[in-house]
Amino acid sequence: MAFDLFLLEVVISGLMTGVMYALVALGFVLIFKASGIFNFAQGVLALFAALALYDFLSEDGWFFSLFGFTLPVWLAIPATAAIMIFLAWIIERSVLRFLVKQDQIILFMATIGLAFVLEGLGDLLFGSDVKPLNIGIPQGASDWALDTFNLYIEKLEIVAAATAAVLVIILAIFFQKTRIGRALRAVADDHQAALSVGVSLDKIWVIVWSVSGIVALVAGIMWGSKSGVQFSLSLIALKALPVLILGGFTSVPGAIVGGLIIGVGEKVAEVYLGPYVGGALENWFAYMLALAFLLFRPQGLFGERIIERV
Amino acid sequence: MNLRKLTGAAVAAVLTLPTVATSAQAYELVIPALEYRTGPYAPNGIPLANAMTDYFTLLNERDGGVEGVKIKLATCETGYNTAKGVECYENIKNTPPSRALMVQPFSTGITYQLIPKSSVDEIPIFSMGYGRTSAANGKVFPWVFNFPATYWSQATALVQYIADQEGGMGNLKGKKIHLVYHNSAYGKEPIRTLESLAAKYGFEYKGLPVDHPGQEQKATWLQIRKERPDWVLMWGWGVMNQVAVKEAASIRFPMNRFIGVWWSGSENDVLPAGDAADGYLSGTFHAAGGDFPLHDAIRKHVYDAGKGSGDRDRIGEVLYNRGLVAAMWQVEAIRNAMKIHGTKEVTPAMVRDGFESLEVSEARLAELGLKGFTYGIKITCENHEGPGRVAVQQWDAKAKKWNMVSKFYEPLRDITGPLIEEDSMAYAKENNVTPRTCS
Amino acid sequence: MFYRENGQFKSSYRADQAIFPIAQDRWFVIAVVLTAFLAVPPFIDQYWANAVILPFLVYALAGLGLNILTGYCGQVSLGTGGFMAVGAYASFKLVGLFPELNFLIVLLLSGFITAGVGMIFGLPSLRIKGFYLAVATLAAQFFLVWIFNKVGWFYDYSPTGMITVRPIEFFGVLVTGPEAGSAAKYLFTLSIVIVMALAAKNIVRGRIGRAWMAIRDMDIAAELIGIRPLMAKLTAFAVSSFYIGVAGALYFSIYLGAVEPVEAFDINRSFYVLFIIIIGGLGSVLGSFLGAAFIVLVPILLKNVMVGGMGMASGTAGHVEILLMGVLIIFFLIVEPHGLARLWQIAKEKLRLWPFPH
Repeated sequence: MAFDLFLLEVVISGLMTGVMYALVALGFVLIFKASGIFNFAQGVLALFAALALYDFLSEDGWFFSLFGFTLPVWLAIPATAAIMIFLAWIIERSVLRFLVKQDQIILFMATIGLAFVLEGLGDLLFGSDVKPLNIGIPQGASDWALDTFNLYIEKLEIVAAATAAVLVIILAIFFQKTRIGRALRAVADDHQAALSVGVSLDKIWVIVWSVSGIVALVAGIMWGSKSGVQFSLSLIALKALPVLILGGFTSVPGAIVGGLIIGVGEKVAEVYLGPYVGGALENWFAYMLALAFLLFRPQGLFGERIIERV
Repeated sequence: MNLRKLTGAAVAAVLTLPTVATSAQAYELVIPALEYRTGPYAPNGIPLANAMTDYFTLLNERDGGVEGVKIKLATCETGYNTAKGVECYENIKNTPPSRALMVQPFSTGITYQLIPKSSVDEIPIFSMGYGRTSAANGKVFPWVFNFPATYWSQATALVQYIADQEGGMGNLKGKKIHLVYHNSAYGKEPIRTLESLAAKYGFEYKGLPVDHPGQEQKATWLQIRKERPDWVLMWGWGVMNQVAVKEAASIRFPMNRFIGVWWSGSENDVLPAGDAADGYLSGTFHAAGGDFPLHDAIRKHVYDAGKGSGDRDRIGEVLYNRGLVAAMWQVEAIRNAMKIHGTKEVTPAMVRDGFESLEVSEARLAELGLKGFTYGIKITCENHEGPGRVAVQQWDAKAKKWNMVSKFYEPLRDITGPLIEEDSMAYAKENNVTPRTCS
Repeated sequence: MFYRENGQFKSSYRADQAIFPIAQDRWFVIAVVLTAFLAVPPFIDQYWANAVILPFLVYALAGLGLNILTGYCGQVSLGTGGFMAVGAYASFKLVGLFPELNFLIVLLLSGFITAGVGMIFGLPSLRIKGFYLAVATLAAQFFLVWIFNKVGWFYDYSPTGMITVRPIEFFGVLVTGPEAGSAAKYLFTLSIVIVMALAAKNIVRGRIGRAWMAIRDMDIAAELIGIRPLMAKLTAFAVSSFYIGVAGALYFSIYLGAVEPVEAFDINRSFYVLFIIIIGGLGSVLGSFLGAAFIVLVPILLKNVMVGGMGMASGTAGHVEILLMGVLIIFFLIVEPHGLARLWQIAKEKLRLWPFPH
């Protein structure tokens, strides 16, 4: 009985971790879906968003030194969202506008350049110390679950799961039911064709990068609350990669399902296989898992089927 | 794009590279500072670097340098990256007028890089409590010093502390001691020692590696929750420490059974977990807190004069004090070199001799304003590790202070000695080094 | 005016098929190579060798390898770090097990071993394409690093897992270890890189290279006209991994001297080499060199200008350097998305007309 309970714990923890990964993966999916770009800077965007949020909330930030007061949480988050929208606009004007219809790999490289710029900028503006992010998300294990069932579930991750669910619903509605969502999908398919039917590419890109920036903010809040806002936050993007591969680069539910699968797979493998091979196999196991799925479904679980023509 | 403008700019840029610093007329002691203020380990690198800079500024401002010779600090940003560390070292090592008098890499990876070069370039390496442990064998590594204690000594000290809590070394039998370690050369350091100790004293040892950066440790701590070890040791660095402390608190692992290595015991690592981190232990070889006369002197002569390099209220943090003690021992070695060789214009080779016969007694510590800060050290030709003594400190989350809660344990040299001998001889054989004899 | 083909008539097929058909090109390249061999060694010092030129050469070679796979054959690979690790550890073990073996043979054998490993990890490419293929190579990357970190035999059971290169002589001259002279290390690496670059140029011009480029451009059409995708892709992986393996062996033995797999060969290394070829120009031998020059040398240049020239604090300079690298990357990509090699080509074309407008 106790053994089964432990397995349940591992699976639940895996699911929760998976949701955390999925939050980061969502940002990737949005940008890829709408602009065909694999945004390497997504992790740094999450870091930058968390840094900006911290700046609004704390007394050693620029905001305080400029205005003399700090914002309460319910104001700081929309303020940071506004900053991310502004950032999206700048990115579109200075980088994306000039790289219309380039190869995917060139766009990928441009986002790498962007990641460096944001990283350097974040360091210069906000410093590289660890910044604890406390916006009221409960920390630690759920005492109720621990005491009643001897089951270990983290409260922060429950909050993250709920937030992710809400986000996915909002995004699904956005993409399927609104005009802008349709325009986004058109742009993802073919930039020039979309231009020719009158879709304003610039506006769409600003919108999609803003949405992605806000998703990055949510991811940054979750991860920042978990382990403090610091450079390592941007490395989470690498963990999101197998999630994307498994779920398909262009699917929002794919990011979630992929995240869940990778999270559970990782944890179960580490706990049950790890002791036999010396441990620390989380990293490559995630990729092997993604690879195994890909051999059966080369476009990912929910990705668009690649139809090849000569 | 105007190609001419591009080439013109390129030529102008090339001509400025690399600029050799103009040497001042008076002799200056060049001390390199390899720091990391960028990258994933910046939060830990910043207080270390600040403390060293502050100490040297203090000496220059208050005393006019070391015995009247000013210190010239040559900083270089490594980002904890080995390739950049090499570039920094090569760039700085020949800085006039004195050449780099020693080098402190503050990174195990960079230290391993530099060890073979140290004997060729004749620049001593001071890898204080990190780097290659077997460099304690001064006969094989004449140019490397890793006092006051190595990781292997610390592992034995922590096990002795555990034994004290359990009622004696005999009571270790049957207990479970697990190690959560950073999956790198640094994290793997204590494994062999712990395995030897486990074999000798009968406790069960298990290692749980955590991949860089260690932001996600669910699986590790779930395993700990299942196996319920009696004690958990941690060899972590950077964000891994904080996440581990938080996870341990989450699974309700008793904090006073969780001991981190001295690089896992700083304010950065425990503050994020808040009150839940109360009781967390870590190894140390110096005191925490900023109430020593030396700190006051720094506040007065450096920060009040506006020359401080960091935040004033971070003076006295664990990593700040670590940087301070590193700088202090460096300077004492230079002083010793000046004394032995009878000249103020010391060279790196002279400083090596200064390190090798270094004695900083407790009386001297008091003179420096650090009475009771750490223990006295005496380095010899064969033993570059010094005393090897390690104590345990505990975090008080309410008062937000670290308190020393144990005596300074002597290392178990019957365990570490043979391991050091074996590893250093392997190095000697591989690299055709003939161990020298110490008179 | 100077760069013209006037009067240069080819009178044999052999002359027509030369790598540099225009005489000025030939002279220029020969001049560069001669300068590199003759004029640099007397002046090279330890800083330039260890921190500037050796990393440039090693990364240029790695970039060449990756360019063969990604630039010429179109298979995106993010496993470069892992394959460099294979080369490095292979050279370490070979020197340890067979100390009498000539170092050049050791390097070549390391390359062959890496080629074998590369072919195995390249097998999924037959089913998966594009960015998704990157995942197979990523699995290789993480798996290989994990193996080298875990299995004691690879690092001779040292307690920390770090490997250090033994001092090795090449025909009596030390080329590895701290006592090796800068000139010796430089000349040795330079010779290997130049020979391999020449080989690469010839391979990509030949039948195999054309098969790769056909697969890259339109793989279904290529299969229809009779190019076997299996052979093409696997040979691309093999040759590419050979180059990357040799680069990894040089990286460990000559440039760094001591490595641990998690830091020296992790995913950042793979991205680094990928950046080199994208900035330098995909599908171009010169591009690998230009990209390596940019990515390796510009940060050092920036650092020396900022810290040495402008006296900035090194921490701030570090941040600004990252920022500037990002800005420069975006700038170059906007100006010329096909990389620095294309910029060079455009420069040459303009040079043909200069000083006339058309």
